[in-house]
Amino acid sequence: MTFSPELEARLGRVIASCPPGRARSALVPMLLYAQDEVGAITPELVAEVSRRLNLSPLQVEEVVSYYSMLRRKPAGKHHIQICTNISCMLVGGTELFDHACRRLGIGNQEATPDGQFSIEEVECLGACSWGPALQVNYDYHHDMTPEKLDRLIEELEKPR
Amino acid sequence: MLYNEPSPLEVKVLTRRFGLPNSASLDTYLATQGFEGFRKALAMTRDGIIDEVKKSNLRGRGGAGFPAGLKWGFVPRNSPKPKYVVANADEGEPGTCKDRLLMEFDPHSLIEGMLIAGLAVGAKAGYIYIRGEYRYLIELMDRAIDEARAGGWLGRNILGGGFDFDLYTHSGAGSYECGEESALLESLEGKRGVPRIRPPFPAVSGVFQCPTVLNNVETFCAVPAILRDGGAAFADLGTPKNGGTRLFCLSGHVNRPGVYELPMGFNLLRMINEVGGGVRGGRKLKAVIPGGSSCPVLKAEECDLPMDFDSLAKAGSMLGSGGVVVMDETTCMVKAAARIMRFYAHESCGFCTPCREGTAWLRKLLDRFHGGRGTPTDIALIGDLARSMLGRTFCPFGDAAAMPAISFVEKFRHEFEAHLNGRPCPFEPTGQLVEV
Repeated sequence: MTFSPELEARLGRVIASCPPGRARSALVPMLLYAQDEVGAITPELVAEVSRRLNLSPLQVEEVVSYYSMLRRKPAGKHHIQICTNISCMLVGGTELFDHACRRLGIGNQEATPDGQFSIEEVECLGACSWGPALQVNYDYHHDMTPEKLDRLIEELEKPR
Repeated sequence: MLYNEPSPLEVKVLTRRFGLPNSASLDTYLATQGFEGFRKALAMTRDGIIDEVKKSNLRGRGGAGFPAGLKWGFVPRNSPKPKYVVANADEGEPGTCKDRLLMEFDPHSLIEGMLIAGLAVGAKAGYIYIRGEYRYLIELMDRAIDEARAGGWLGRNILGGGFDFDLYTHSGAGSYECGEESALLESLEGKRGVPRIRPPFPAVSGVFQCPTVLNNVETFCAVPAILRDGGAAFADLGTPKNGGTRLFCLSGHVNRPGVYELPMGFNLLRMINEVGGGVRGGRKLKAVIPGGSSCPVLKAEECDLPMDFDSLAKAGSMLGSGGVVVMDETTCMVKAAARIMRFYAHESCGFCTPCREGTAWLRKLLDRFHGGRGTPTDIALIGDLARSMLGRTFCPFGDAAAMPAISFVEKFRHEFEAHLNGRPCPFEPTGQLVEV
């Protein structure tokens, strides 16, 4: 597999942070950074990462299956992750999540047929004081309401 | 831009640079006494540094409240192995959103705190383990580290003092359990985040089986001020065994939710009413989770107490990670308990049977209960099941899941009873049975 120069630079930085003989240490960040570019943890990516870190594919697979951000199938272009944990729930996180599902006509961990949007109900995002909160990919959106979410989706739908 | 307005009641030690122009830059840091603590530490002995931290009565801000100086002192002196400093930036305890701000607005204070820790224990490298969702902070910390290295504050022979130290960020990829210290170390080594049995503790055998100082971001961020102004000055800000200030994260039903830096021992009711502007909509306070979702819930009448580790322990709860979740009279406590348990059932790593099975069954019981299909014997069953998890797991996760469940059932039994016999949840606006 070939990666972009930016991703190679990032992976290089992670590998360089590992002490000699400890390259396995790079596994979790490598998988996440590579997933961002590839879109999902594909069998080819597992093979590539295991080759680079001198691990068996199984050693990589067992790690992939543990971490909730690592996924086997690509998410939508705009992956909307809505927190419904206690602090967000108290201020409307659940209603926000339900609204997003209705608005996009999809359920939890599903994507729209055009692949533009996907939704995931997530656990605490670390935005408890500014809830309800969500992330679109890695971008935070605080103090959300169903109306703000509608505007955000409209904004993301615009071709750019 | 800050996420919430500061409060005039705050005592700003760790957050003093929040809101300054380019507060995350090395220039701003250096212009505001940055690295002064490290300069002082460089002229001190290792024991001298650790003594200063001990004097400060700084206790771990991740949740357990273990004295930081004592922890540093456990790192063996004559071990031939390399030593490491690790910052736990896997902030994930529901209700907690403070480490994010420290890294965003003052990343160099984390760098300086870790540098001082490295000096104190003889480490040459450190890792900042940041949860994967905080990608912007990984990039921000990487830039700060590069800036500090270019400025000569990291790398070889820092300030000509013969001390080498370098720092690296390390991303998680979605796991609450990796905030537990031994699971974090496993993850840092490229494995599943399954906890290790202790002893040995990380101070003796941490990352790569080497002695490791592992603290929460906020703990490290307190260290520069402690070395700069002296441990005693920091200790004096708090209560006798709880030094300094801490960042409290007010969330839920308050008028002014936000992260506020307040002295240890600040009264909880005052925090809600004066710092947080009181309960939303003039409603009555029902309950507070005082330190993140793992902490037993307090009833409104139990909230007139000082927020320090010992007072909360005496009240049967914990100060935890500083996440203060405020619930007003309209909150259904069965629903709150069920949502919290859904989180634990989702995040249990599955290694220890009591935790894996216990959280899953508690989730089912509580969901069923909130759905109006609970039976009178379920109330006792929830408590019994949760109690059977206590102390029976490798890591504190099992207790962290069980303790809130026990507290919700014991303190709000009447609300559980109100859901019995197919009655609709009394707090749902529609008065309908809840679909689960």
